[in-house]
Amino acid sequence: MRRVVVTGLGMVTPLGSGVDITWRRLIEGQSGAARVEAFDVSDLPCRIACSIPLGNAGEGAFDADAYVEPKEQRKVDPFIVYAMAASAQALDDADWHPTSYEDQAATGVLIGSGIGGIGGIYDASVTLFEKGPRRISPFFIPGRIINLASGQVSIAHGLKGPNHAVVTACSTGAHAVGDAARLIALGDADVMLAGGAESPINRLSLAGFAACRALSTGFNDRPQQASRPYDRDRDGFVMGEGAGILVLEEYEHAKARGARIYAEVVGYGLSGDAYHITSPSPDGDGAFRCMSAAVKRAGIAPAEIDYINAHGTSTPLGDELELKAVERLLGEAEGVSMSSTKSATGHLLGAAGAIEAIFSVLAIRDQIVPPTLNLDNPSVETAIDLVPHEAKRRKVDVVLSNSFGFGGTNASLILRRVA
Amino acid sequence: MSDIADRVKKIVVEHLGVEAEKVTENANFIDDLGADSLDTVELVMAFEEEFNVEIPDDAAETIQTVGDAIKFLEKNSA
Repeated sequence: MRRVVVTGLGMVTPLGSGVDITWRRLIEGQSGAARVEAFDVSDLPCRIACSIPLGNAGEGAFDADAYVEPKEQRKVDPFIVYAMAASAQALDDADWHPTSYEDQAATGVLIGSGIGGIGGIYDASVTLFEKGPRRISPFFIPGRIINLASGQVSIAHGLKGPNHAVVTACSTGAHAVGDAARLIALGDADVMLAGGAESPINRLSLAGFAACRALSTGFNDRPQQASRPYDRDRDGFVMGEGAGILVLEEYEHAKARGARIYAEVVGYGLSGDAYHITSPSPDGDGAFRCMSAAVKRAGIAPAEIDYINAHGTSTPLGDELELKAVERLLGEAEGVSMSSTKSATGHLLGAAGAIEAIFSVLAIRDQIVPPTLNLDNPSVETAIDLVPHEAKRRKVDVVLSNSFGFGGTNASLILRRVA
Repeated sequence: MSDIADRVKKIVVEHLGVEAEKVTENANFIDDLGADSLDTVELVMAFEEEFNVEIPDDAAETIQTVGDAIKFLEKNSA
């Protein structure tokens, strides 16, 4: 199979618009969490979220108009706008702007979302109820369905290769990167824009995830302390929004055009829990098999892994199960660092695996691992370095990034430094 | 210019994101103002909402220019 490398990065996150600002704030230990002000949360058990800083919110604020015309923004849910912004950033970063028919046909898009346009679906439902079917916009469907992130990005940039989308809940972003890498490895494309986008911060989603008992509810007065993976006081995840997009490229193609190569996608594993719709399997076996498959594909020994970007959502059950599965994978191996960047960004659901793949790439580039914020008292003892509170400089050549989703769907990626 | 013409042009400017000078009575939504078929459906919906009228599909198909819309609405709105 052909080798696949990462040559471009783009992201819009609760820590800011752009890779540089997000990464800097992540390494500095900043949190994106705050009380929700955009709508009424007074009757919701969870009143906090990690929202994208908008408009005049200072350095790093997201200016949607810079990427998508206002009249086009009106027609789509924000997850599509985030995907278009992050894609434009990633293509600029890769300096890949195909204009010939051949180059356009060799470049594809695979952007997923966990839920897609739930905000717009809610609004249209209210319109249907109050005003009837004649008031439903022709842009309602194409502005809400998940694969229209890939569709809009392909139209904006003339990318005529494979056009695909993934929907696997919180594993979406990782599956998108892994599947896109496979399309390149198998020769279906030379370049792929891959990642995830999500805009779930609204009353309906908060009510729904709270009903699943998945959200943090005990830190409404201290939002920045709410996402605390592995800490004994954790009580659920904090919802986030945004998009992460990577430009993946066949190795020889990247070398031939003199592209900057960040890292190589060497491993990708998938598995199913076959256990429960929202709870992870209590033996952690799904996570273990998923990581094992990625390690096998990468052709490495588990001991070669330097850093693990954990799924680590800050839910009572999930964090410890993942940790146990990692311990089972590593055996006696020492010296690995494992952190959850969701402690800073919140949980971006379908975009999480994509932004975390980007963080994994940057950890390799800068030889530094981002911290797990709020980890004051680990709930279990472990020999694994969970990188509490502060980023840590260390050797980072091989990174494993985990994502696990509702339905028992698991994905692991392994990225390696290219010498 | 009639009040109806002003309101029609304002809706066209807002929905299609075009400059007001381009929205002349002869301007064709698709050929001159960059609309696609879905834009024209939404425009007709916006006219219905603004003027509180129902525009049947066969009538909507005849509304291709700004002037067509003004004429229809002058004849059919209360």
